[in-house]
Amino acid sequence: MSTKVPEQPDKTKSNAPTNEKGRRHFLSAIAVGWCAFAGAVAAMSAGVLRFAFPNVLFEPPQTFNAGAPDEYVDGQVSLRWKKKHGIWIVREGAQFYALVAYCTHLGCTPNWQENDRKFKCPCHGSGFHVSGINFEGPAPRPLERCHIELSPTGHLIVDKSTRFLHEKGQWADPASFVEV
Amino acid sequence: MLDVVKSGVNFLANPPVLLTLILAGFFILFPINERCLRWNQRLGLEAIWTRRGVIIGGVLTTLFLLFGISDPNFRAVVMKPDNAPIVGLIYLVPFFLWLAMKQAVENDRRILDGKKPNEYHDPEDKVLVWPDLVYIELIALVLMTVFLVVWSLAIDAPLEGPANPTTSPNPAKAPWYFLALQEMLVYFDPWIAGVVLPAVIVLALMAIPYIDNNPKGQGYYSFRERKMAISLFLFCWLVIWILLIGVGTFLRGPNWNFFGPFEYWDVNKTLALNNVNLSEYIYVIGLGMELPKSIILREFCGILLLGAYFLGLPLLLARTWLNKLLLDLGAMRYSVFIMLTLIMFALPIKMYLRWLFTLKYILAIPEFSFNI
Repeated sequence: MSTKVPEQPDKTKSNAPTNEKGRRHFLSAIAVGWCAFAGAVAAMSAGVLRFAFPNVLFEPPQTFNAGAPDEYVDGQVSLRWKKKHGIWIVREGAQFYALVAYCTHLGCTPNWQENDRKFKCPCHGSGFHVSGINFEGPAPRPLERCHIELSPTGHLIVDKSTRFLHEKGQWADPASFVEV
Repeated sequence: MLDVVKSGVNFLANPPVLLTLILAGFFILFPINERCLRWNQRLGLEAIWTRRGVIIGGVLTTLFLLFGISDPNFRAVVMKPDNAPIVGLIYLVPFFLWLAMKQAVENDRRILDGKKPNEYHDPEDKVLVWPDLVYIELIALVLMTVFLVVWSLAIDAPLEGPANPTTSPNPAKAPWYFLALQEMLVYFDPWIAGVVLPAVIVLALMAIPYIDNNPKGQGYYSFRERKMAISLFLFCWLVIWILLIGVGTFLRGPNWNFFGPFEYWDVNKTLALNNVNLSEYIYVIGLGMELPKSIILREFCGILLLGAYFLGLPLLLARTWLNKLLLDLGAMRYSVFIMLTLIMFALPIKMYLRWLFTLKYILAIPEFSFNI
């Protein structure tokens, strides 16, 4: 013990510059290390993100042929395409429109109830009129309509990828309904 | 005679009636302040937390379930394999509540007599973690595993056909432990009920130890030493969570309509549930005009009401009823506490507004998906 005591002031004096060097070295090493780590994480995230955009996407076609207009009964909601395409086609007089069977509350599939003439969602009880306007339950906005047109052969063509929202005033758009 | 009982139960189980009865009795059964405590004692409600109380309660519950099972509609819901945990809940939650309350009431009495609580005998009288606690945990673990294996062998898993996005089962129910959240979603915007409120619940549970600065009741059961804390917590737990799970399980039927326990689950049951926003009530129904174009003007009353509820009410309560609490907790703790409490009571308030006035949203700004 006694031999070490006089050495200590020497050590601190001589160590001061090397400590400073050591600290700088340490800091730059840390910086390099963190940059490398961040780079690796970023590269990995980019790789993972890439999976969200596959080269080939096997999606069912968004457009389908819903048959001739006279296959639909006036005033009725057609459940024909609900199971396959999630679309109701409604005929009101000469007008046809396609409603998306997707509740605007949390995305369950509502059911058409003929005796009450409303769409009723089984998850939280939202209800919609034939037109798609929400009137009961928690759904914040009306059902969405999608693009419908008459093909040259006289068939109804429904395009699910184009939507028309009532709250944005898009149901007046002539592409959102067909008049025969 | 039986039909009268059944329709009586159906009437009482109608959530507006059920919640009103519960709200009327809850804070007497779990007294939130001295005045409620006096009522509790006048009615002799502490007798529930005795051995006789739990036996009578258990027997009555069992008799009711046995009586109910004779009814085909009741049986269809209660005997459904999905609902086995909830039927277990009917027994387990009250039992453990009783177990805690029994010891709390006994301790309260001891403390009133100037004695130490039951848990306090002498400093040596403690349970050792090893081996005592670890052995108990091991035994519990083994028994629980056996129970789960037997259960899964005895009852078939209620599996259904392959999922189809265009077909939702009717009613489409969340897993039982989320049914309270699903119930909240009926009354609030998906953003509020699905994101904000669950986050608030978690944060509130984390905040409890920081809000509660009452040094009493640590390490032993007691009720009277922390009346408000226990009463409010039990309200959240028993009414907002457990009761809503029960409502979602037993009372929500096709199209998410309410059905009594003895009522047939008719898919075509029609209830008039036309929901109207506050702004529509004021402008369209009250003043007979169209909704103003400006969002601020349209939602003026909603903003005012919400402001009064979340800003005015805390200040008012701080001046009046909760003045002592404000002094005890300090401004910061008090603000957090009162905000969480008001958010919690917003749920029953919104439920009543929906049931009584078919009010949809107090503040409805679908333009920004912001509805309250």
